[in-house]
Amino acid sequence: MKGTDRPEQGMTLIVKTITRLTVGLIMLFGIYIVLHGHLSPGGGFAGGVIIALSFIHLVLAFGRDRALKIFSQSMASLFESLGALLFILIAVAGYVGGYFFLNVFAHKGHPFRLFSAGIIPLCNIAICLKVGAGLFAVFVVMVAFRLGARE
Amino acid sequence: MLELYILLIFMIAGAIIAVEIGDLLSAIVAVGAVGLALSVAFLILKAPDLAITQLVVEILCLIILIRATITRDTLEPNGRQAIVVAVAALAFMALFIFFAFAPLNEMPPFGAPAMRVSGTYLANGLRQTGAANIVSSIILDYRGYDTLGEATILFTAVIGVLAVMRRVGKKRQDTQEGEEP
Repeated sequence: MKGTDRPEQGMTLIVKTITRLTVGLIMLFGIYIVLHGHLSPGGGFAGGVIIALSFIHLVLAFGRDRALKIFSQSMASLFESLGALLFILIAVAGYVGGYFFLNVFAHKGHPFRLFSAGIIPLCNIAICLKVGAGLFAVFVVMVAFRLGARE
Repeated sequence: MLELYILLIFMIAGAIIAVEIGDLLSAIVAVGAVGLALSVAFLILKAPDLAITQLVVEILCLIILIRATITRDTLEPNGRQAIVVAVAALAFMALFIFFAFAPLNEMPPFGAPAMRVSGTYLANGLRQTGAANIVSSIILDYRGYDTLGEATILFTAVIGVLAVMRRVGKKRQDTQEGEEP
C-alpha cells in the first residue's frame, strides 16, 4: 500500500527465495508425471494437479497480482477449454479406424519406450491441460479474489 | 494386513476428531490427516497411481479449504437443532445399513476380483494397447468413455464455479461493501 510495488504482498523474503528455487522443479516433476503416464504410475490427472499446485505456490508466495501476470485467469479458462476440445478430438479421431475412442496407432513404437501406446500419451496431455488449468482457475476464483476483496 | 487395519482405525479417529473439534483450522488439519492416511493405504494395497492422485488432490483441497474458509464462522447447532441432527443422522445410517446388508453379503472376499474382465485386461493390455502402465491403458483405452464422462463432470464443475464466483459479478458488490463502512 505504501510503495508502487507493494512489498508486503505475498509472503516473506525467505519464502519467496525458496519458491524461486523450487517452483520450477515442481512443475518439471508434474510434466514428467504427465509424459510418462503410460510407463510409470501417475498420469494426466495427477500431473495436471501437480502443475496447478506449482502455480498455486506462486500465487501464495508472491501474491495475486504478480502470479496472475504470468498465468492469468482467462488464460486458464482458455487452456481448460483447449484440453477438453483436444480430448474430444482424440476420441473422434478413432473414427478413422471405425469407432469412437479407437486407439488409432496403438502398434507404432515399442512398449516401454516414451513414444509408444498410441493415443494414451496424447490423452494424458489433454487431461493434464484440462485438470491443471481448471483447478488453478477454481483456486484463483475461490481464494485469490476473496483475499483481494478482504484487503 | 495389520498396517491396513491400523491405518483404517487412524482414519476413523481422524474423521471423528474433524467432526467433533470446535476449531475450524484443527478440523481441516484432521481431514488432511485422514486423506494422507488414505494415500498410504493405497500404497499398501499396491495402487501407486491412486496414491499419487489422492496425495496431490488432498494437498490442493487442503490449501483451498484453509485459504477459503478460515475466516468463516462455524455454525454450531444448539439445543433442539442438535437433537434433530443426531436423530436424522442415526435414521439415515439405519436406512443405509438396512438396504446395504444384502449387497454387502454378496461381495466377493477381499482381494478377489469382482469382474472377470479384469483378467482379460491384465492378459492382453500390453499387447493390445502398448502401454506399460496397465492402469492408464484401462482408463484411457478400454474405459475411455468413463474418462470422457469424468472429464465432462470436472469441466462442468469448473464452469459452474467460474460462473457463480467470477470477478465481473462480484465487483459491484465489493465496491458497495467498501463504501458503506
